[in-house]
Amino acid sequence: MKEEQDYIRDIADMRSMMERSSKYLSLSGLGALMTGMYALIACFVAYKVFGIDPGTLTSSYTSDGAFEPTLLKVLFLAMAVLIVSLVTVFYLSYKKATKKQEKFWNPTAKRVLLNMALPLVAGGILILILVAKGLPQYMAALSLLFYGLAFFNASKFTLDEVRSMAIIEMALGLLSAWFVEYSLWFWALGFGIVHIVYGIFIYYRYER
Amino acid sequence: MKLGIDGLHKAFERKIRLAIMSVLAVNSTLDYNALKEYLDISDGNLASHLKALEKEEFIGIKKSFIGRKPHTRYFMTKRGKKAFDDHLKALEEFVKARKQG
Repeated sequence: MKEEQDYIRDIADMRSMMERSSKYLSLSGLGALMTGMYALIACFVAYKVFGIDPGTLTSSYTSDGAFEPTLLKVLFLAMAVLIVSLVTVFYLSYKKATKKQEKFWNPTAKRVLLNMALPLVAGGILILILVAKGLPQYMAALSLLFYGLAFFNASKFTLDEVRSMAIIEMALGLLSAWFVEYSLWFWALGFGIVHIVYGIFIYYRYER
Repeated sequence: MKLGIDGLHKAFERKIRLAIMSVLAVNSTLDYNALKEYLDISDGNLASHLKALEKEEFIGIKKSFIGRKPHTRYFMTKRGKKAFDDHLKALEEFVKARKQG
């Protein structure tokens, strides 16, 4: 005859198995925090060092028809932030998973990545198309909007808090499209501050 | 259905079978490798437990081909879902009754 403790453990095991196999819980809060910092640094570099504000650009080309050189710098900067952020988040999630003695790469991780990748790639291509067509000022707005959509889509398979973050990013993206001349500031708020707040929240809640 | 004295399923007496059912309860279908990864057990072990659950008609199998390689996916049947839910409920009620008594 099994004892009460065994039954309680059985229930706990079942619940944890159900959660672990449906949700990817190793997504690192610390990674989000770092990503937020990178984003703020990137905004600073764009604004102060390159001296441009993407929201105020009204064309992708100079008067003699060449591609706007500062715009090229911004695109490279954005790409660099994306790569550094991805590497950081992957590395810290890997560490979080190992610490919990779980696999970093499992079917749920795959599901999260796939659900994020499709909206993100679509958004990225749309941004490049608009830049090529001479509408670079919507870069920041669209990156926020599609980033939010990507996380909203993936939120079913990871921490519940991701959903709220995704909705905030989408709202900021839309505001940023309307108030396009301030879009760099919305971008700093969305990718910088929101990530930092979210990261700290997740860190204190699950990772300490 | 085979029920134990306290409403708990005989088929779920083995912990690993309960784990398989838990994983399939929240994933519409899973292939063999995914199951193996979540449960962290050996091939022979997993195959025999899957067979047992299949015999009870708690899980079903979908076979397809990816290129030339056979690809087997498992899913929970309606019967399995009911058995699993009942089992979980019985466990919870049992624990609750013990706490009150």
